[in-house]
Amino acid sequence: MYPIMEKKKLSENVKLMKIEAPQVAKKAKAGQFIILRIDEKGERIPLTITDFDRDKGTVTIIFMEVGKTTKQLGTLAIGDKLLNFVGPLGLPSDIENYGTVVCIGGGVGTAPLYPIIRELKKVGNHVISILGARNKSLLMLEEEIKEYSDEFFITTDDGSKGHKGFVSDVLQKLIDDGKDIKIVWAIGPVIMMKVVANLTKKYDLKTIVSLNPIMVDGTGMCGGCRVTVDGKIKFACVHGPEFDGHKVDFDNLMLRNRRFMKEEEHACKIAGVKI
Amino acid sequence: MAVKKEKHPMPEQDPKERIKNFNEVPYGYSKETAIEEAKRCIQCKNRPCTKACPVEVDIPDFIKELAAGNIDKAVEVLKSKTALPAVCGRVCPYENQCEGKCTLLKLGEPVGIGRLERFLADYERKKGVKKPKKAKPTGKKVAVVGAGPAGLTCAGDLAKMGHGIVVYEALHAPGGVLMYGIPEFRLPKEIVHAEVDFIKSLGVEIRYDMVVGKTITVQELLDEYDSVFIGTGAGLPNWLNIPGESLDGVYSANEFLTRVNMMKAYDFPHHCTPCTVGNVAATFGAGNVAMDCARTALRMGAKKSYIIYRRTEKEMPARNEEIHHAKEEGIIFKLLTSPVEFIGDDKGKIKAVKCIEMKLGEPDDSGRRRPIPIPDSKFSIEIDTALVAIGQSPNPLVPQSMKELVTEKWGNLKVDENSQTTVPGVFAGGDIATGAATVILAMGAGKRSARSINKFIMSKKSK
Repeated sequence: MYPIMEKKKLSENVKLMKIEAPQVAKKAKAGQFIILRIDEKGERIPLTITDFDRDKGTVTIIFMEVGKTTKQLGTLAIGDKLLNFVGPLGLPSDIENYGTVVCIGGGVGTAPLYPIIRELKKVGNHVISILGARNKSLLMLEEEIKEYSDEFFITTDDGSKGHKGFVSDVLQKLIDDGKDIKIVWAIGPVIMMKVVANLTKKYDLKTIVSLNPIMVDGTGMCGGCRVTVDGKIKFACVHGPEFDGHKVDFDNLMLRNRRFMKEEEHACKIAGVKI
Repeated sequence: MAVKKEKHPMPEQDPKERIKNFNEVPYGYSKETAIEEAKRCIQCKNRPCTKACPVEVDIPDFIKELAAGNIDKAVEVLKSKTALPAVCGRVCPYENQCEGKCTLLKLGEPVGIGRLERFLADYERKKGVKKPKKAKPTGKKVAVVGAGPAGLTCAGDLAKMGHGIVVYEALHAPGGVLMYGIPEFRLPKEIVHAEVDFIKSLGVEIRYDMVVGKTITVQELLDEYDSVFIGTGAGLPNWLNIPGESLDGVYSANEFLTRVNMMKAYDFPHHCTPCTVGNVAATFGAGNVAMDCARTALRMGAKKSYIIYRRTEKEMPARNEEIHHAKEEGIIFKLLTSPVEFIGDDKGKIKAVKCIEMKLGEPDDSGRRRPIPIPDSKFSIEIDTALVAIGQSPNPLVPQSMKELVTEKWGNLKVDENSQTTVPGVFAGGDIATGAATVILAMGAGKRSARSINKFIMSKKSK
């Protein structure tokens, strides 16, 4: 059993939790994910790792309450226990000194981006961070990310904070300004990653995206998380979750992520939670 | 007295009823029937059945005790060689093993060895399993990776020898394929739990949520234990590699069966994992896993469930009993048919499969006649779900995590005649070493590995 040690509400439907799972904390690296199951009847859901504390043996997750399990997770309190918490799964990010890197986080995608930014900074990169959200209440980890960023930008769709518009606007400007960008990390909604990847492809600017498709086991067994990368089937759980953004078939990923939409709605209705 | 030529029939759930539930299909023999069936055994001298058993069960001996009504003694003889008799008594391919070599085949049907094994295991479980004798502790420790048939057998045997055993399991439940793969109606999960409880009563500890290669490495296990056994199975699904395979509604057999069996999607939304089949399901492949998929699809509400296979019934790898049960339940067999493309609607959901008719040509490397497409014979079948059950490859997680572990052509771990991998002290058995095979072969490998490990650790200093 894995107790919840801390819980924080980051915005209306986004929550942060620190879970005590020493064996995961010990091995966790930026870019990896965990799978959790709340109770005996629960489903297994993947969540990317936001942070970890090897001394305290805790792993931090941030999740948006979008389906039955994340909504149920949101109702749990400090001291409650999760039945299963497995990881770290997937391959870690390729952290090295590239020179100048741009890290783009969209909405809750900012969460897994945070440790990547921190590690990129620690090895000496010039880190430019761009955080985007629909409005300012949905922004997260601003201070934490600022601390490890050499340049820092915010965009909101409604202009309630920072640049009014999209993360891709800022990226375009950086490119136009002639910044010597070596690599881009883009983590967020599939549509955001697609837009960023389409933009950087024009400039042959290497772009890493982190995918979060529907999974069951997380060990390469079920293939539910398969994505098409460079025309080939890859499993996000063992070959990813990070992939070359220029090779990912985002349209197929969007369709596959809607696979159980109807069932999810039904489950939420029965459980009395709004979707 | 003349020997009865046929096995005593197995009472079963009516096919019309059982396709609406997940309860086990055969009910099992009564005590009286079991004893009568045991009496059919002529106790021949050369014991071909035992020779054909991968775990070397003393079959004539347990049958002799059963025929004499000594049921407890019969159970004892059986369990001295197999740690999972209730499982073997249900899913073993007896017709190719013990029963396939039975002397009675010269007269008619073999002794129903599988059914007798099942009877004994069930009888004991209902009565309350006798606490096993524990050997004197040796002070040696072994880590077993994977709580499937190979790992559990290896763990059980090593524990009986007095070693301390910890099993590291990636999932949240024990049993491996017994839990995620084989459906409830063929192997009730309660039985898997009971068999696992027995192994735990030997002193074996199982740690869940431990993905070896990720949460802990093989090297770390080697540092802590005297030896390591890897039984991580063949978990990586194979694909047809045809257009449309990523459409919504196309599942690997593993995903479909894991959702339904292990995550209990048939009880959605009370259990939270969803799985839908729609009205028409098509399963590709014709092994036991394919039969499981097609029959599960019916129970999940499909009105029609196809098996689509490119060869003929003669070449199907599934056990006769599974094919027979599938036919009884109304599974539609589309033979000499091969899929060429999955077709989706505008929302990316599968709506049909385009197929081509085949004919059989000359035998290929496997000795089976090679299927050849017939030109201009393409046609479509409207389907809501496609289940790809054309086999699995060894799970790459552990091999990839330690480069000293050498793999072979199909990604299986290279082992020597003692089941030792290329890393001294690390042994492997079951599908991870052989490629996808059967539960009983994995158990046999677990058993042989336990002997090798015992020899290895007793000849060196304890950790």
